[in-house]
Amino acid sequence: MLLSEVRLSYLFNTPDEQREMLETIGVDSIETLFDQIPESLQLKRPLDMPPKLSELELEQLVRELASRNVGPSDRSCFLGGGVYDHFIPSAVDAIAGRSEFYTAYTPYQAEASQGSLQTFFEYQTLICQLTGMDVSNASLYEGGTAVSEAVFMAMRCTKRHGRVVLLGSLHPEYRQVVETYLGRMDCELVIVPTPGGTAAPDAVEEAIDDQTACVVVQHPNFYGCLEEAEQISAMAHKHGALSVVSFDPISLGILKRPGDLGADIAVGEGQSLGTPMQYGGPFLGILACKQKFVRQMPGRLIGQTTDRNGDRCFVLNLQAREQHIRREKATSNICTNQGLIAIRATVFMSLLGPAGMRQVAELSCSKAHYAAQRLTEQDGIELAFDQPFFKEFTLQCRDGAEAVIQRAKVAGFDIGPALRRVSGSESDEDRLLVAVTECRSREEIDALADAISAPVDGVPVDGVPVDGVPVDGKRQMSQQEAAACGSSVGAPHDATLHSARSSARKTT
Amino acid sequence: MRNEQATQLLFDLSVPGRCGAEYPESDCPEFPSTACIPAEFLSDAPLPLPEVNEPDVIRHFTNLSTLNMSVDTHYYPLGSCTMKYNPKRHERLASVPGLVDLHPWQSEESLQGMLQIQFEMQQMLGEIAGLPAVSLQPAAGAQGELAALLVASAYFQDRGEDRTKVIFPNSAHGTNPASAALAGFDCIQLGAGKNGFVDLEELKEHLDEHTAVFMITNPNTLGLFEPEIAEISKLLHDVGGLVYIDGANMNAILGIARPGDFGGDMMHYNVHKTFTGPHGAGGPGAGPIAVRDFLADYLPGPVVAHDEESGQYKLETPAKSIGRVRSFFGNVGILLRGYFYLRTLGGDGLKELSEHAVLNANYLKEKLKDILPVPNGERCMHEFVASAQHLQKERGISAMDIAKRLLDYGFHAPTVYFPLVVPEAIMVEPTETESKATLDAFAETIKKIIAEDAELLHTAPHTTPVSRPNDVQAARNPILCWSPACDA
Repeated sequence: MLLSEVRLSYLFNTPDEQREMLETIGVDSIETLFDQIPESLQLKRPLDMPPKLSELELEQLVRELASRNVGPSDRSCFLGGGVYDHFIPSAVDAIAGRSEFYTAYTPYQAEASQGSLQTFFEYQTLICQLTGMDVSNASLYEGGTAVSEAVFMAMRCTKRHGRVVLLGSLHPEYRQVVETYLGRMDCELVIVPTPGGTAAPDAVEEAIDDQTACVVVQHPNFYGCLEEAEQISAMAHKHGALSVVSFDPISLGILKRPGDLGADIAVGEGQSLGTPMQYGGPFLGILACKQKFVRQMPGRLIGQTTDRNGDRCFVLNLQAREQHIRREKATSNICTNQGLIAIRATVFMSLLGPAGMRQVAELSCSKAHYAAQRLTEQDGIELAFDQPFFKEFTLQCRDGAEAVIQRAKVAGFDIGPALRRVSGSESDEDRLLVAVTECRSREEIDALADAISAPVDGVPVDGVPVDGVPVDGKRQMSQQEAAACGSSVGAPHDATLHSARSSARKTT
Repeated sequence: MRNEQATQLLFDLSVPGRCGAEYPESDCPEFPSTACIPAEFLSDAPLPLPEVNEPDVIRHFTNLSTLNMSVDTHYYPLGSCTMKYNPKRHERLASVPGLVDLHPWQSEESLQGMLQIQFEMQQMLGEIAGLPAVSLQPAAGAQGELAALLVASAYFQDRGEDRTKVIFPNSAHGTNPASAALAGFDCIQLGAGKNGFVDLEELKEHLDEHTAVFMITNPNTLGLFEPEIAEISKLLHDVGGLVYIDGANMNAILGIARPGDFGGDMMHYNVHKTFTGPHGAGGPGAGPIAVRDFLADYLPGPVVAHDEESGQYKLETPAKSIGRVRSFFGNVGILLRGYFYLRTLGGDGLKELSEHAVLNANYLKEKLKDILPVPNGERCMHEFVASAQHLQKERGISAMDIAKRLLDYGFHAPTVYFPLVVPEAIMVEPTETESKATLDAFAETIKKIIAEDAELLHTAPHTTPVSRPNDVQAARNPILCWSPACDA
């Protein structure tokens, strides 16, 4: 094409300008600029893609596609398993929505990036205060890769590469990520079974040998149970291994911190700190450690220094660990991280402070324990494990996990996941997770308990009713609930809202 | 008008008793944590976080944001990073209920709209790549590299082949060798070939039955299309190896040339670069990978499949999958923005944007080449790498001096000192979303800077919120966390 004709609102050069530019370059067409690509390698047909859309058409398309999903604005969310429906204060969106942050690049040019750099320095500090560790990096991708990076880091710190010990109660997907990352490594992964919901410290000790780099314990663990993390850390140390503790940041409003439990490396999923669930990402991988391991850390670190005038400023620090300097000898291959999500977490923690963090933890904990009591009052439903828990617990369901999930769904509640679906383990066949955050109300918990107590007449267990429309129970929130959870406001609460309704939405 | 409060640390704003968030009283007061959880697990002290209220938090971070240069405020010609305009429609649409609030453990039937979007994203990325099988899981380009190398590893293992070597040119991004090492391969770096291109004779020396993958960015990091890419691919395929295309520079060739057509077997995209997911001050990104059919079974999962009979979309893990590279589906929020972009532009629009990106780069190169020579290539693709070596030799002016002085004139600096093969490298990527007037102003400014007194440049920038930081002091005495002692 001599001159571009298609109009796109993101492009500038008019045909006249294009002509001028081509004259300056000394060629007669844009096509000529591409003649460095061998003719035989050029695509000689248009891409087979849907045609372009105006902003209005795109908006209509996307809203229609979004309407085919049934999410927490339709059904109240008791789902857990590593992602939680915690409340996000509007100030978080206000700051993360500033395009000076979200359209900036990695702060390599410190003089033009002090806003990002200082915010990340504050993030690192807040994470240290939250975890009781000495130093935090500026973020990793998410909770699973944070565990993997911690494992590699522990190998470097201990110079042991033979074995890594994981507890069976670690998030199954985190374990799978570690397995993938260790793919070509000659390293034995030993899984300590947790049949009673947690690991016995003695069993952990038995698994540690003299080539073990680290023990990874998640606390609260995937089943919601609290592990004897302090004792397990001590076992690791006794045998020269590091203790890696994977934590839920919200739990630290009331629970002892990884640093208090003897962790050498603390890792976690930071989604709960002000980031929406958005179907699993982008989230926030937190990694913090003891001071002596700082030079083995993966990812970016922000440091405080002074400028030429002696004024305080911030820079990317200890970059000699990173791939753009050290290449194959870098501590990790990570480059792009989760900067904007770290900014969200920074604002979230700044707003909540010690009182807010405690309150969210306390609310989640108390509602979860009320829910555990109410749900296990129902016939055929009991707690799978007799262990202390924080905001999430595992139910053992006589009628099977899927049947109970279905009963809840029909009444407008999402609970789960069914553990078998996640872990693949037979022992998890009739188990499911229930997570309760500060956003759930006593009324919702009571209604959920009623819903799962017995099959609903006329609704088959597999959830596919006669006319082929998926059973799609949707419950409207009360004004009060909606206000508390920032979701769309529904009709005033009344008992009829708990009844099963099939979808009023468009189905295809 | 500078607000000095903005540079205060958050921790200096803390006053005991303040809080920036309020929550309702518990409606389950009969279950306090002290009654639910044994004391041995409970913390006996409040978290030592700062205590700040909402107005202070907002003013603090709003003022901090103004200390940044960003695409929305400044021209940002950072080479290899594709700092193009981030459309506002993406931000609004990625935040609609029904997308932003979906929980990953919801049932597939309740996610049909989301899964359709991700399925179509896979299809479109496969078509643009000429590599049909796509996994959207990797969280960033570097993770895409790692995932693809593990895919290659599983494929070779399946065939009973012992392949240990990953080869790359010395102009490669640092992530290439770092990913190869992480995947457990031996790294072999080639020397500098003529004009920055791969030297086929040197490459041949390393090719044998132990060669696993050749990783190459194309267009390469000098902004040039490797003229012998087809021959390179053939050499690799002849010894049973695979070719990996680092897709960082896809912005140059969308709808014009496809990695699968020029011999690539695997590639990653940087959705945050090419498809304008915003860079977010360093992330999040998304690094989907596309591979040939015979590698599809090894992809990280889950991927989205479409059952034509029922019309339903569902998640599947490929038969011989390497496993997960992260929890859950992927960096969905960024993938959504990429999807919106692809649907906005369509195939013709993508080709057009690449044409404008290449036109802008060649125009700016032409405007600058007399003062900042470009050692390699007569013309460029979407970016070019100039050298300040002559200025360094004659007047002691470094690439860094020019970069820093540009900040004073309101331009973000180009990438400097990368790739390593060009001395005093200045790597400029204008992108397609800049006007001729901006490019002209940038070129004029560079001219002006080069005419300035060398001392003025050594001490630049002079007008930014801070002047050049003392990196040596930062590294010698790392302060990575605030403590009250920091303020002393």
